[in-house]
Amino acid sequence: MLELKNICFSAETEDGNEKQILKDVNLKIDDGFVVITGPNGGGKSTLAKIIAGIITPTSGQILLDGKDITNLSITERSNQGISFAFQQPVRFKGITVYDLISLAAGEEIDITKACGYLSQVGLCARDYINREVNASLSGGELKRIEIATVLARSTKVSIFDEPEAGIDLWSFNSLIKVFEKMHNTLGGSIIIISHQERILNIADKVVVIANGSVKDEGKKDDILPSLLHAADAACKVLTDALEV
Amino acid sequence: MNNTEKELLKMIADIDGTPSGAFNIRANGALSARHITENVDIKEKAGVSGIEIIIKPNTVGEKIHIPVIISQSGLTEMVYNDFIIGDNCDVEIVAGCGIHNCGSEESRHDGIHTFFVGKNAKVKYVEKHVGEGDGEGGKNMNPTTVINIDDGGYMEMETTQIKGIDSTKRITKARLSDNATLIVKEKLMTHGSQYAETDFTVDLDGENSSANVISRSVAKDRSNQLFVSRINGNNVCTGHTECDAIIMDDAHVSALPQITANHIDAALIHEAAIGKIAGEQLIKLMTLGLSEQQAEEQIVNGFLK
Repeated sequence: MLELKNICFSAETEDGNEKQILKDVNLKIDDGFVVITGPNGGGKSTLAKIIAGIITPTSGQILLDGKDITNLSITERSNQGISFAFQQPVRFKGITVYDLISLAAGEEIDITKACGYLSQVGLCARDYINREVNASLSGGELKRIEIATVLARSTKVSIFDEPEAGIDLWSFNSLIKVFEKMHNTLGGSIIIISHQERILNIADKVVVIANGSVKDEGKKDDILPSLLHAADAACKVLTDALEV
Repeated sequence: MNNTEKELLKMIADIDGTPSGAFNIRANGALSARHITENVDIKEKAGVSGIEIIIKPNTVGEKIHIPVIISQSGLTEMVYNDFIIGDNCDVEIVAGCGIHNCGSEESRHDGIHTFFVGKNAKVKYVEKHVGEGDGEGGKNMNPTTVINIDDGGYMEMETTQIKGIDSTKRITKARLSDNATLIVKEKLMTHGSQYAETDFTVDLDGENSSANVISRSVAKDRSNQLFVSRINGNNVCTGHTECDAIIMDDAHVSALPQITANHIDAALIHEAAIGKIAGEQLIKLMTLGLSEQQAEEQIVNGFLK
């Protein structure tokens, strides 16, 4: 179980002022699907990066299975079983898709196994396995390879930062299947940052983050209706305004 | 040949045992072994140190090895090798030089390789330079390659210097006739206080000739690199030169691509980029469980692969 206690994070803005991005966030994340949602700029990605160790919180504590991991590096957290899929995947000159998946798996895996991960994310493995993870790949392709690296790691905590962004509709269906399969075979916590209703629909738990705080959290059935209602209301206001 | 020399040979030319096909192995300034075939003749060059490699027209599929090793500290040499590749050939030539210097005196190999690539001939030239040994003596190499490609000829040159060479000045000059093609792929890594200078000049004289000169390099520690690439478009032609360098620690890298069009239909492009390893690349690999140092190694190895 992952536990965040009183997490605060402030950063300096361009004009030299201090901006509080996260304010006293407390969260308990059990095994299962947890979808973190909320408006843009609310602090979701920052929170995910704090869990992975990419950003150090200004104050607060992170516990993994009761053990304090707040001061562990990215590498140490990774080795403790935390995986992170970037919202904007990183490109590498010379490193191939196979190299990256092999590094993720932590060993030299055979081609068939590496291809298996690619097929799961809807890529025809044969066409991709020897390609470089460079600018010749499209945003959507990179995104799927990014997800495949997390699959190859098979850790107890997997964080996906907006995995659906840049993925076409056909792949979106397989993406949902990928998450469901992960859930069934791997167990552990799968944390997904998303705005998509269909991803929210597979959640066990939904956390709403807005203005740097946990605005709401609970079971999907308790949270989702009010979320969707709020969205409909916002749309209505907009429609009414347009009609006037 | 002792074990050190055998190891060097394996590193620079992938030779384990006796290679099949024609070969000429030069060790410590003298001929160590030679083998010729029906289509490939190798003989001493008259008047100067060096060899002539003459490949008969229409020779297809032969691989020729011509490695040089120096394990004697203080040995310096200058060799002139000529490659005469007949019309319609399709061959591969593996050269390379390895220096093992445990002593305190400079070991140096300077060479001038001149290629005459015949009409419609195709040649792949692979050259690998390695230095090792912990003596204080310098391990230096200054290869010059002169390339002449006749009508419709094609040459691909892969040149690699990954470690251990203290000082190098690599000069390549090429002249291309009608429909000729030249591809150069250079990989270079310097460390410590090494110095590496690369200087390419390509004259695209022929109609529809084309050249692509690509260099990837990594400069570590306090090492220095200078990359100069000139492409002159003197006819209807296409030319592209690209230098991509990773700079680390306190290293210095200069890139000077230069393209000159002397013809209205010369299409020439140059690209040069120097930068440190992107922080996000390190972070990504660290999220896969690699330490920062391991991540750096992976990025560098991939870049120079």
